[in-house]
Amino acid sequence: MKRFLDASEPEAFRRRLFFLMTAAAAVFVLLAMRLLYLQLVLGEEYLRLSLNNSIRLQPVDAPRGLVLDRNGVVLAENRPSFDVSFTARDAGDPERVALELARRLAIPEEELLAKVRPLRGLAAFRPALLRQDIGRDALAVIEARKVDMPGVSVQVRLRRQYPQGPLAAHVVGHLGEITAEELKSGAWPLARGGDFIGKTGIERACEPFLRGEPGGRQVEVNASGQVVRVLQTVSPRPGKNVFLTLDARLQRRAEELLEQVAGAAVAVEPATGAILALASSPGFDPNAFVGGVRPEQWEDWMQHPHRPLENKALQGEYPPGSTFKIVTALAALEEKAIDETTTFDCEGVLNFAGRDFRCWKKEGHGRVDVRRAIAESCDVFFYRAGLRLGVDRLAWYAKAMGLGARTGIELENEARGLIPSAAWKKKRYGAPWQEGETLSVAIGQGYVLATPLQMALLTAAVADGGVRRRPQLVSRVETAEGEVVWGAEPVEMGRLPVGPRTLAVVRQGLWAAVNGERGTARRAALPDIEVAGKTGTSQVVGRREGMEEVLPLHLRPHAWFVCFAPFSSPRIAVAVVVENGEHGSSAAGPIARELVKTFLRRDPGGGKTAGGTPLQAAFQPPPRP
Amino acid sequence: MLDRRLIHHFDWEVLPLVLALGGIGLASVYSAVTADPPPAPFRGLFFKQVLWFGLGMLVMTAAVVFPYRHLDRLAYPLYLGCLLLLVAVILFGKFAGGSRRWLVLGPLHLQPSELFKVVVVIVLARYYSRLPAGQPLGFRDLVRPVLLTGVPCALIAFQPDLGTACLIALVAATLTLFAGVAWRTLLAGTAILAALLPLGWSFLKEYQKQRILTFLNPDQDPLGAGYHVIQSKIAIGSGMLTGKGYLQGTQNALSFLPEEHTDFIFSVLAEEWGALGSLAVLALFLLLILWGGSIAYRSRDPFGVFLAVGLTALIGWQVVINVGMTMGLLPVVGVPLPLVSYGGSSTVAVAICLGLLFNVGMRRVYYE
Repeated sequence: MKRFLDASEPEAFRRRLFFLMTAAAAVFVLLAMRLLYLQLVLGEEYLRLSLNNSIRLQPVDAPRGLVLDRNGVVLAENRPSFDVSFTARDAGDPERVALELARRLAIPEEELLAKVRPLRGLAAFRPALLRQDIGRDALAVIEARKVDMPGVSVQVRLRRQYPQGPLAAHVVGHLGEITAEELKSGAWPLARGGDFIGKTGIERACEPFLRGEPGGRQVEVNASGQVVRVLQTVSPRPGKNVFLTLDARLQRRAEELLEQVAGAAVAVEPATGAILALASSPGFDPNAFVGGVRPEQWEDWMQHPHRPLENKALQGEYPPGSTFKIVTALAALEEKAIDETTTFDCEGVLNFAGRDFRCWKKEGHGRVDVRRAIAESCDVFFYRAGLRLGVDRLAWYAKAMGLGARTGIELENEARGLIPSAAWKKKRYGAPWQEGETLSVAIGQGYVLATPLQMALLTAAVADGGVRRRPQLVSRVETAEGEVVWGAEPVEMGRLPVGPRTLAVVRQGLWAAVNGERGTARRAALPDIEVAGKTGTSQVVGRREGMEEVLPLHLRPHAWFVCFAPFSSPRIAVAVVVENGEHGSSAAGPIARELVKTFLRRDPGGGKTAGGTPLQAAFQPPPRP
Repeated sequence: MLDRRLIHHFDWEVLPLVLALGGIGLASVYSAVTADPPPAPFRGLFFKQVLWFGLGMLVMTAAVVFPYRHLDRLAYPLYLGCLLLLVAVILFGKFAGGSRRWLVLGPLHLQPSELFKVVVVIVLARYYSRLPAGQPLGFRDLVRPVLLTGVPCALIAFQPDLGTACLIALVAATLTLFAGVAWRTLLAGTAILAALLPLGWSFLKEYQKQRILTFLNPDQDPLGAGYHVIQSKIAIGSGMLTGKGYLQGTQNALSFLPEEHTDFIFSVLAEEWGALGSLAVLALFLLLILWGGSIAYRSRDPFGVFLAVGLTALIGWQVVINVGMTMGLLPVVGVPLPLVSYGGSSTVAVAICLGLLFNVGMRRVYYE
């Protein structure tokens, strides 16, 4: 108020106020002119459009990105499918058209009538899907008879197709219709009811990349639903293509080798953590999921004793058996519980706490040091080493090497495995740890569980000088035009907690297992490539006196094999499990050897995966709007 | 409690104007929600809106009776309170239709961004009315208003509700221009903004740009917004000179119009009442705005002047943005048409604006 005693001030305000009011009036005049233009100049046209209600919205699918192997072999692609829909309002007499259509397509009349009858009121304006994926012949019939069937239209939609059939089905995954909860969650902002989204595997993990943005057209249709004019088009944006680290040839070989058995094989590139092959047997054909699984097929999968849908490479938890001796040896050496010259005498059995703990070799190994103990898989040596270490120190090392925890691979439902400790047993069973149990753990039996993927990565770390890497399945992501939008880069997860000398000793043991005179893994030897590895035979039931005889199939031990090659500069690490395969050397070893051979003989030069940022960084859930 | 002289100065002739717009709004909301074929899912909303309008009139009365200059003192406490509500929305707000705008308090769904529009005007009015008179504003004078406006705008844009954020920014800009910015500051400020925009845009990642484009187009279906606009234009255009008649709108009846009772209520109105009806509504709004200007013109108190200009700008911009959007002149952002659109928080917010305008007009001469 004080200020307004100064007379110049209100003048300035009034001038500006006058300006503001003039501007407001001008804007309103503009609005009024637009209104008059729409209502008086264009009014006739808009009235006609509104009376016919002839504007239709036609979605145009965005092609989903392809999934390819590292060399560009297509694992998942799209094919056109022709869907018939029906707009009742354009039909005149809907039931007559439905009968005509049923006759042309040779579908039971009742089926179509049941779908057409409820199309009244508002529903009559919206195209209703009558039949999906009609063949090209049926399409030709409809196109030719369009005039007799007003309201009937055919949309080309894209459907997923897996050209290699079951190849890498567990990795690639499959699509499914989006559920009501998923729609509500907001994680798929562009999805509409009825859309298909990735439900498992890479299809799920890379959904934000693979999914394109749907486009659409606003069209004006005539009285019988034919498009007369396109008013506006929004082009769809195709999804991005995902190149995997998998080598389709190696993957195919792995699946062939596992064909007759249940089990899994994982091959890793030690220097990068790139997964070269990840096979699980028995497999399935993901094409069965396209358009919905038939109930018989589903029942078949569910009843199968070996669970084909399960990805045993990362969901299967098995006692690692003697392959775990790598961990025990590394821990015992590093903790100085033993050194590289320590020897123990193996007489085929160790009596501990009034119980006989047996070596697999009844007659005993005699005096063995750690290298021989690894090469010949002497149980008694590792019983003693385990006793000196104690379970808790052993468990610390196993966990520090990545066991008992998820590896962080891009796929869902990965199992953790299990590394027991005294505290764990107290919590889980409320009972104190028994020293005798340490003996079982030292040779990878008892409570210990690991997945084939975990063991493959552990082997890769041993091969690559102790560096643990995050497993990677995606090597790069490209736009449809080939522009790389994301590229994988090796991610170090940590190092094996052991010194170089310790690692060298264990590596020598693994070399001797394959190449030594009495090595247990001699079946994996190749003439031209130096392989190093370890067998494993994990008990399904406790080993008792007189049980070496033939067991019923499902109680036979699981066969393990882990290896890496070439010894001096490793380029591949492999883990193989054959369920109930009995002996690691005979059932799993040859499979691993074949994989090494397939990979190294074809591609003797080193091909590394491309660089970029860690995948997990790019795997933010789709942005919330 | 009210001085007889105050009642004498109350702008009685504007009351019918407000009631007329409110009545047109209720009639249009009724048409919009009952035109759907059974089971009309929004039928109950009409009665809710009647209650909201009644409540709005009460709030308006309340906003008239107390001397508005108390707001000068209460400006910052109100501002801070509203800011807390905004933060609460981001933390605990209800997620609906792709954004987090509502605070659920029992049966009440509060939209704090609606209230903030008014509070920003109050706090800026206080600030500008206290600056030394007669000097054009320089950069230093603008730091505070920019912060006072920018922080809540960012919070609201984050919900995301870009429409309301832009609205607040426009109102603040209008008020600032009215306060009188030095030419040099104005030119430099405009140049800086113009330079920053493309620079900022080029720094954005592809998906962020996409996100901003979706901001401008809150419907997530990429074809949705375009579809809405063309349907809205068909509705408006097909009304022609005299309209299709009340409750006779076909676009409306077939639910081709999206958000027909909130953001696109003007389309319903224009379809049913034609050019004559919709021009009349625009004229009523223009009258309302000119009345707001006249209050600023007549007030002798700087705080009152700024308050009146800010509140008038708030109402005016909402009308322009909403009507422009339905006619395809402006991007589709969710800004309601004052007094006409369905919506509790926005009806109450407009009622507060009108009440305060009456308040300033009534107390233009007498000071307690």
